[in-house]
Amino acid sequence: MRRIKELIIEKSLLSSALITIAVTVGIILVLAIEAVSFFKEVSIFDFFTDTQWTPLFTDKHYGILPLLSGTLLTSFIAISVALPIGLSISIYLSEYAPKSFRKTIKPLLELLAAVPTVVYGFFALIVVTPFLQQFMPNLSGFNSLSAGIVMGIMIIPFISSLSEDALYAVPKDLREASYGMGATKFQTAFKVVVPAASSGIIVSIILAISRAIGETMIVAIAAGQQPRLTLDPTVPVETITAFIIQVSLGDVQHGSIEYKTIFAAGITLFAFTFLLNTISYQIRKKYQEKYE
Amino acid sequence: MEITMNKIADRKIDLNTISSKDGTELNQASRIEAKDVKVWYGDFMAIKGIDMTIKPNTVTAFIGPSGCGKSTFLRLFNRMNDYVEGFKMEGKIKINEDNIYKKKINVEELRKEIGMVFQKPNPFPKSIFENVAYGLKIQGITDKKFLNERVEKALRQADLWEEVKGDLKKSALALSGGQQQRLCIARTLAVKPSIILMDEPTSALDPISTAKIEELIHHLKEEYTIIIVTHNMQQASRISDYTAFFYLGELIEFDKTKKIFTNPEKKQTENYITGRFG
Amino acid sequence: MNSIQKNRLKDQLFKYWGIACTLIGLVLLVLFIGDILIDGISRIDWAFITDLPSRKAEKSGIYTALMGSIWILLLTTIIAVPVGVAAGVYLEEYSKKNRLSAILEINISNLAGVPSIIYGLLGLEVFVRIMSLGASVLAGALTLSLLILPIIIVATREAVKAVPKSIRDASYALGASKWQTIWYQLLPASGGGILTGVILALSRAVGETAPLIVVGALAYVPFAPSNPLDEFSVLPIQIFNWISRPQHGFIENAAAAIIILLLITFVMNGIAVYFRNKWQKKWK
Repeated sequence: MRRIKELIIEKSLLSSALITIAVTVGIILVLAIEAVSFFKEVSIFDFFTDTQWTPLFTDKHYGILPLLSGTLLTSFIAISVALPIGLSISIYLSEYAPKSFRKTIKPLLELLAAVPTVVYGFFALIVVTPFLQQFMPNLSGFNSLSAGIVMGIMIIPFISSLSEDALYAVPKDLREASYGMGATKFQTAFKVVVPAASSGIIVSIILAISRAIGETMIVAIAAGQQPRLTLDPTVPVETITAFIIQVSLGDVQHGSIEYKTIFAAGITLFAFTFLLNTISYQIRKKYQEKYE
Repeated sequence: MEITMNKIADRKIDLNTISSKDGTELNQASRIEAKDVKVWYGDFMAIKGIDMTIKPNTVTAFIGPSGCGKSTFLRLFNRMNDYVEGFKMEGKIKINEDNIYKKKINVEELRKEIGMVFQKPNPFPKSIFENVAYGLKIQGITDKKFLNERVEKALRQADLWEEVKGDLKKSALALSGGQQQRLCIARTLAVKPSIILMDEPTSALDPISTAKIEELIHHLKEEYTIIIVTHNMQQASRISDYTAFFYLGELIEFDKTKKIFTNPEKKQTENYITGRFG
Repeated sequence: MNSIQKNRLKDQLFKYWGIACTLIGLVLLVLFIGDILIDGISRIDWAFITDLPSRKAEKSGIYTALMGSIWILLLTTIIAVPVGVAAGVYLEEYSKKNRLSAILEINISNLAGVPSIIYGLLGLEVFVRIMSLGASVLAGALTLSLLILPIIIVATREAVKAVPKSIRDASYALGASKWQTIWYQLLPASGGGILTGVILALSRAVGETAPLIVVGALAYVPFAPSNPLDEFSVLPIQIFNWISRPQHGFIENAAAAIIILLLITFVMNGIAVYFRNKWQKKWK
């Protein structure tokens, strides 16, 4: 009796775990089915080469490039902000800061990632853009610069916290060996600790990029809704995610081509983040083995 | 700091003129003097007032039960405790007449003068060559030829050259534990210190590797002052000229090794070396 | 300047640069919260919380959105917590090292990195359409449950893993079965850690906007939901809607609603940190 009960419990726990696989399969199926039916109406070649994305206009074009460029541009700006700041923070906290300071500051920094993204969107649109316009009169009300900078602030803790964990995990005796030979903290950090923690740092950067690519509300609010193939950070653009929001806000009939476009856009986005996540998982796996 | 270190630097120039019998350059060892040294970690008093003088070109062993303060005391000489939170120190430690706890001392310069080998071999995750050249490179030395010479010399001194000369580019982590520890010694020798601190350098090694390192220590005495913390009483009696016995943060006895192991003054020392506690 | 002085200078410069970087994030956060407080605090009164949305900014309140958020929070908790904790316990205590466990592991790590808007697309197709739940609170809560599932699973695993082996041994030695050991020993012992993870996950859910927009949550609903199949809005969507309007009055409303949302988020995070510290002390 007791054995049967134990077995039932084990199986029901297992089925909970299996739900996670169902979710992944569900995501892939849903995106794939709708995308396939999208590509029955739009050629894949056009999708990847057409430089216009105007599915909501009468003259319809379905080129993903403008959305992709918007996504990559905002992500690039965000990473350019978050990477130097986040890495410096992580090195400072793990190599220089007193323990007590580190303990207080880390959760505070993590608050940056806890702030809802819609709030950051408000910040970018209402505060940062007008502020930047004082120096850059040509800056549009919607632009990838403000959205990217604010997104960068949001993902600082992704880089700083995870990198700091990796740096902190580097055995103390490596540091001591370096100090023992007369190296400064700076030399020790950059010649010994950072190289030893490099895989962990790379993982944190990849996760931050993945996060930036998938971020929605900041760009939907502050970067605009005009798909445009450009590298100019001062003009409105539209990201993949912002497009999905734009369509979802309207009243779109299931089965219509507009409905299918958001899945085609979605699968493109998913492919990117899936690739990044898989790479980071593999690196992390390898790196765990190294230290255990 | 400049004054202090210039003196050491001057001395280093002198030593280039000193030669051994066969005409090769000899490094010159330093003398250490500790006066009424007290150390606290937060509220805990780890060292309770120790005086000690260590002569150049000798091997001194620090022995005593775990937590007696011997490692803490050793790490005072290259100011390695500075990074421990709550560390506080009183008293003076002089190396060749210069107080190394003076406010203006340059800690990095000091640590070049005083090498350290740790309990667990801790090579950097870099190549063998890069490990040995590390100390020189952080001083800004980039001359390839000079680096090659120094690396070879250090590896020879550490008795590792023959084993690794073919693959200096290989990762140091691929070496055996004993080889790694000799590499760490070579890494220390490459910057030509005058004192070498060893914190239980063989406790993680097998008996054969241990024997090799003990032999090495014996040779190194010619050019360096060596202080070694050890848990192994036989090791202390085999390799050291002087032995210091620590207990609960105090220096109980410090004398010639022979005397300590055959006829100690203090009852506590006798109890410890005969294995009655510890 | 010799090389040692140069190195020391670099060392000092980097230290100050590091401090500056650490502070800049926090300073921006403070500036930003300050700005929002200035914009919005005067707008907050009891009526703002109890009023229905309106076409006029000064008459609009957040009542329906707040109620929608509370509904979402409750339903998401009910759905996600049991499943997430069960899955976490399974992975940590039952799962053997085989292909299935490797796949589960990769999969959960991947799910944690899937953009939230993709969950929205999944919810739209599966819950709203195939299961015909429509753009209901239930469909929204199910979608967010899937979104936060990986967070709860990972937190549960870590909390359970941290329980010392001696406790398991002691329980087994007394003749307890695996499940009894889990139920009477491991779960109570790891409760603080699990709770921390759950609260953090829920605070994430409260702030989510994109997936709910995709699922079809409305920017304007005249009434608070009264059952799980009702239409709904949530605070972040209300804020988004107000930000998109040109009139200044709505910006003020958005700032005021952000204050409420941030208050909820920070309080939840604070509680989580409190539990984490309390729980960590227990094992140290």
